[in-house]
Parts: sequence; structure tokens; C-alpha cells
Amino acid sequence: MSMQTAGTGTQNRVVIAHGGGGELMGRLIRDHLLPPLRNERLAALTDSAVLPWSAGEVVFTTDSYVVTPLEFPGGNIGRLAVAGTVNDLAVMGATPLALSLGLILEEGLPLEVLDRVIATLAATAREAGVEIVTGDTKVIERRASAAPGGTPTEGLFINTAGVGRLRPGVRLGLERIEPGDAILVNGPIAEHGLAVMSVRNGIEFESSLRSDVAPLNGLVAALLDAGGDIKFLRDATRGGVAGVLADICDGRNLSLEIDEARVPLSATARHAAEMLGLDPLTVANEGKCVVVVAEQDAERTLRACRAHPLGRDAALIGRVVDTTPALVELMTRAGGRRVVQRPYGEELPRIC
Amino acid sequence: MNTAAPQLVSRLRELCRGREPRIQLMEVCGTHTVAIFRTGLRGLLPPELRLVSGPGCPVCVTAQRHIDAAIELAARPGVILATYGDMLRVPGRRGSLERLRAEGATIHVVNSARTALDLAREHADRQVVFLGVGFETTAPATAATVLEADREGIKNFCVLMCHKLVVPAMRALLNAGDVPLDGFLAPGHVSVIIGAAAYAPIVAEHHRPVVIAGFEPDQILRGLVALVRQVCEARAAIENVYSAVVTDAGNCVALDLLAKVCVPADTAWRELGTIPQSGLELAPPYRRFDALERFGVQLGADENHPLCRCGEVITGKAEPADCPAFADACTPLSPIGPCMVSSEGTCAAWYKYNRAAVQTGRHG
Repeated sequence: MSMQTAGTGTQNRVVIAHGGGGELMGRLIRDHLLPPLRNERLAALTDSAVLPWSAGEVVFTTDSYVVTPLEFPGGNIGRLAVAGTVNDLAVMGATPLALSLGLILEEGLPLEVLDRVIATLAATAREAGVEIVTGDTKVIERRASAAPGGTPTEGLFINTAGVGRLRPGVRLGLERIEPGDAILVNGPIAEHGLAVMSVRNGIEFESSLRSDVAPLNGLVAALLDAGGDIKFLRDATRGGVAGVLADICDGRNLSLEIDEARVPLSATARHAAEMLGLDPLTVANEGKCVVVVAEQDAERTLRACRAHPLGRDAALIGRVVDTTPALVELMTRAGGRRVVQRPYGEELPRIC
Repeated sequence: MNTAAPQLVSRLRELCRGREPRIQLMEVCGTHTVAIFRTGLRGLLPPELRLVSGPGCPVCVTAQRHIDAAIELAARPGVILATYGDMLRVPGRRGSLERLRAEGATIHVVNSARTALDLAREHADRQVVFLGVGFETTAPATAATVLEADREGIKNFCVLMCHKLVVPAMRALLNAGDVPLDGFLAPGHVSVIIGAAAYAPIVAEHHRPVVIAGFEPDQILRGLVALVRQVCEARAAIENVYSAVVTDAGNCVALDLLAKVCVPADTAWRELGTIPQSGLELAPPYRRFDALERFGVQLGADENHPLCRCGEVITGKAEPADCPAFADACTPLSPIGPCMVSSEGTCAAWYKYNRAAVQTGRHG
């Protein structure tokens, strides 16, 4: 595609030539990516980033982001792409240091959308104290979104990989979990999934639901610094809190007892989940983690969590018990008990 | 959140104590079935009280012939099928809509009939078929959309009418008499539309109490207490413990819409066969929006899986654990019957929430 085409009417949108490695691509990077992401390593535009390293263990992760819609109440795909990867590092007990940014843009994507996403991504990286040190941009042809009746796509996918340094002395792992351990969650659950689903389904709730997407490395550091014997951490993304609880149950062959009344859940989220026929425990979060901590350190860890802005509404929601067979059981508000399982696949809102 | 559940459970236990034979009540609606499991109420009920799940899950009662017709329509060139999400995975004779979509058919999940009509507006060169499923809760929205399409002269929109009516199904169950039922817990949201008075035939012809309740644990328990009290006193009346939202006459706007656009018709229910005047089809002036007529598609026969006992489950004749396929050949990951597909299906609820079923993989 020629520059001329790009200059006539498509000026404000991504065109195939933006990915062609030529002048247009250079401009995209110089004008739309580097300024918001400003950092020296990235600005050098070398083929790889060179990072200083001292002794210790490297923690390395990657994740791809394909959310629809790209922008939702409380965040966008850019914030998600930083927070998601930072959180994957943080819950392993690592201090996140640097991220890569792989952008796959679809022809036709408005540049203003790209600008907003990158601005948010950059702000989230600053919030998390990590740098985007290397990156790649590709442009793909417009796909089904343009075809009649095709699955709507929004034309922007992100992959971020991240490296971090394992904090010395931290030992986290399913194998450390024992009966008696307490289970903590750092705040109200289900908000990301419900916010995205409500936009996707064109439903508005009385007070708007916002995604909880946030980098949790600061919170996790505060929890580990508090000195309690934290045994396991996992961010409760897809599959929700139920997914993490099921991982613990399956991985350790131990039962978990969860007290429904203690699980933080806003009234709006509760109503939204009810309306969509979803169990809030199985709905995605992007700023919540499940913490398993030794019984005697539960209160101390809870206090540390509540002292952090992202853990103000934290709660101890249950404990690990030694009953067989290994199941996750919810003690309901009504005084009953029922099993909690991980969702089977995509959670579909019900008909009526 | 305060709850009166413990007191209501005690009251229920007192009322039921020593009842022989035990009281059997049907919760008609899938939302009640799931709420009773999800809130843990099921395990709190006295042994003298048995709750039977009824035919109130729209996915579960949709006959296979309708699924097959939907699949046939979606496979036609130029067609966009718009459906509520939970219909995607229901198996027909030749796979499900989900599989068809993976093979390249254009199938959109929509949250409302209105969204399906928007698709028709956006894609003037395609035919949009809306899979009209659900009870009186979703039927008025379908009717309103047909009316809108008619008003705007939209020619590329039609509906595969699978809508069903709740009260005729309840009467059919009582007429069949296969399962002794002492009363009905009637669904809150359907009742918002049809009104409490709609249940009069159940009381008049069959002398069974009907109590309309909401979906919170306390509301369900209040409904059950009211039902059991009537059973104990040998009374049969319509009682509305959800009167904050359900009126006697129902939602007149919605009912008028239905009366204008639709006519009651005999329709096939999954496994229950054809129940007289239990479905809705489009009234003659709107017949041209009927997908079967527009495409000349005939409903075929139902060939349900030989192992599947969903029909007995939704009529209260069997519990999920009685089915040889339950939690074995039939699981939420590879469902054989619709009761395992829908999140509101009785089998899915048992599989998901019932400790014993989960534990042993079989028995409830």
C-alpha cells in the first residue's frame, strides 16, 4: 500500500504499510509508541534489550490479551496487558523488572484508540514500576470484523512477556499448603468479568461496574514484607476465585471451606451476576489474588493487606481442612453448604 | 446482609415433621432450581419434603426438532443465526450450533431479540434468523421486535418460534399424573409478566396450591413455608410472596404485545411430546416473519439419545442420578441431554453443586 493511500482518508487509521518496516512504520513507532512509553532502552530501538543482572533467580512469563471490547469501564487492553503479566510475576514472589510489548494491529484500527491504549499501558507500567524494554509491531489484514456477520473483532492484540527477580527467601508453592491454613482475598470479586460482560451485552447496572484491573506487585510485596508465612499466591483471573480454589484442592488433594458471608462482593456485582445467571466465584478478576497463609499469621497478613490501597476490603474467606474426599465447599449465607467447582468453559449468560 | 433463613428453615421443619407420605413440591423454574442449590438450601430441607425440578428451563424444554431446524437454517448460505448463548451447546441430531459455528457458520450470541434485529439492519444482504426461545419472560421482547421489523419494513429478519407457556405445561404434568405433586413454587420472573391470576386453572381444576416466590434464599424459603402450610391445611390457593414485583394481572403492556403478535399453538416439548396450546406462534399478520415459512423448513422428528433421561428429569419422574448417563457419559463438558447443557438445567445444577454427586460421580 502506498503512502498516498495512507494519506487519503485513512490517515487516522492503521494501514497495512504501518507494519511494513518502512517509513510509515518508523513514524508509528516514533510518534505513537515511543513518546508515551519513554525509556532509554526502548528508545535505542536495538534488536533486543540488554538488562543488568545480579545473582538470584529469574522469573519469566508471557501472556496474550485479546479482550473484546478493547476499552471497558475501569480500564482497557493496555492496562490489562501490563497488570496481567506483572501479576503473574508478582504472585510467584518475583519483583517485576521489565516487560516486552508485542502489538498485533488490525488494519483499520483508529490511531486514537491505539494512542489511548498505549497511554494507559504506559501509565500502568509506571504505576507498577516496570519498563517496557523491547517490542514488536505487526499489522494484519482486516479480518472478519469487516465481513458481514463476521465475529466482530476490534483489531488490537497484545502480547507481553515479563521478567522479574525472585525475592530472596520466598518459598511459594501448592506443596506448602497444609490443613489449617487461612485463605485470603484482597477485595471485592467478579468486577472485571461483570464489567466486560455488561458492556458486551449492552447491559447497564444502576451504579456502573468497573473492572478491578490493577498491577498487584506493590500489594504482594507489602504482604511478603509483613513477614507472615505466606505459602501460596495466585491471581484469580479467568475461572475466578473458584478456579484458584479448585487448583489448590486438586493440586494438594485437600478440602477448602469457604464462608460465603465473608467473600467480598459489592451489591452491584451481586445483582449483575444474579441477572446474568453467573456465580460470582467463577467470574474473572484482574486485580485480585488468593493468598494462602499459615493460620497463626492470618490476621497479620490481613492487616498488611488492608493497609494497602488495593487491599482495603481484603477478607479471610475460608480455610484449608483435612476432610475427604477433597472438595471446595461453600458455607452459604442461608446456612447450607454446596460444592464450588471451576467453570467448565466460557460462562454463558442465561436466557431469562 | 441479614437473613431469616435459619428461622424459616426451622418453621419448615416443624410444619413437615412426621408427614407421611412426604410432601412433593415442584419448583417450576430453572432459576429456582439453581438458586436452591447455589444457596445451599437443598441440604437444609427436612427429609419429609422433596423438591422436584420442573420443566422451567427454556433450553431444556426446547425440542430436538427445533434445534435441528436452527442448525439447518444456520447452515444455509447467507444466513446469520442469532441466539441466546445457552442454546449454543444443545446437541441436535447432527451436532450443536457451537460445532456448526466452528465449521464456519455465522452464529451470533445475542442478549436480546432487539440485538438480532440490529444485526439485520447492519447486514442488509444477509437473512438474520433469531432463535426465539424462552417462556413468557423473553416472548414479549420477541413480539416487540417482530412488530418493529414490521413497522420498519425490515425484510431480512425472521424468527424461529420456540417460545413456550408455563401454565399449560404445569397442567399437562398434572393431567399426566405420573408424579404426585402437592403444589408448585411458581417462578418470579414469568409471574411478573403473566400475573398471579394466571395460575387459577391449577387451583380450580387440580386443587393444588401455587406460591409465587422470588429467588433470594429467604424468598424461596418463605414460598416453601407458604406452600407446605397450605398442603398441611389441605388448602389450594394462589399465594404471592413476591408481591413487591408480581401483581395479579401481570404486565399488561407485555401481555398486549403477545396477544397482538402471537397466537397460542400446540407445540412440541423436549421428551414431553406435543402439549396443546402450550407454545406461541406468530399471528397471521406477522406470519411472514416466521423462519420456517420463509425458508420452507419442516420440523422433523425428535431422535433423542437412547441413554438420555432428560424428559423424565424435567417432569420430576427421575432425578439426575437415576440416569445411567449422568456424570458418566453425560457431563457439562460433553453433554448428551439439554439438562446438562444449560446452566439452569437440573442435571448441570446437580453435577455442579451437589456434594454427593460430585464426590461419587453418580449418586445424589
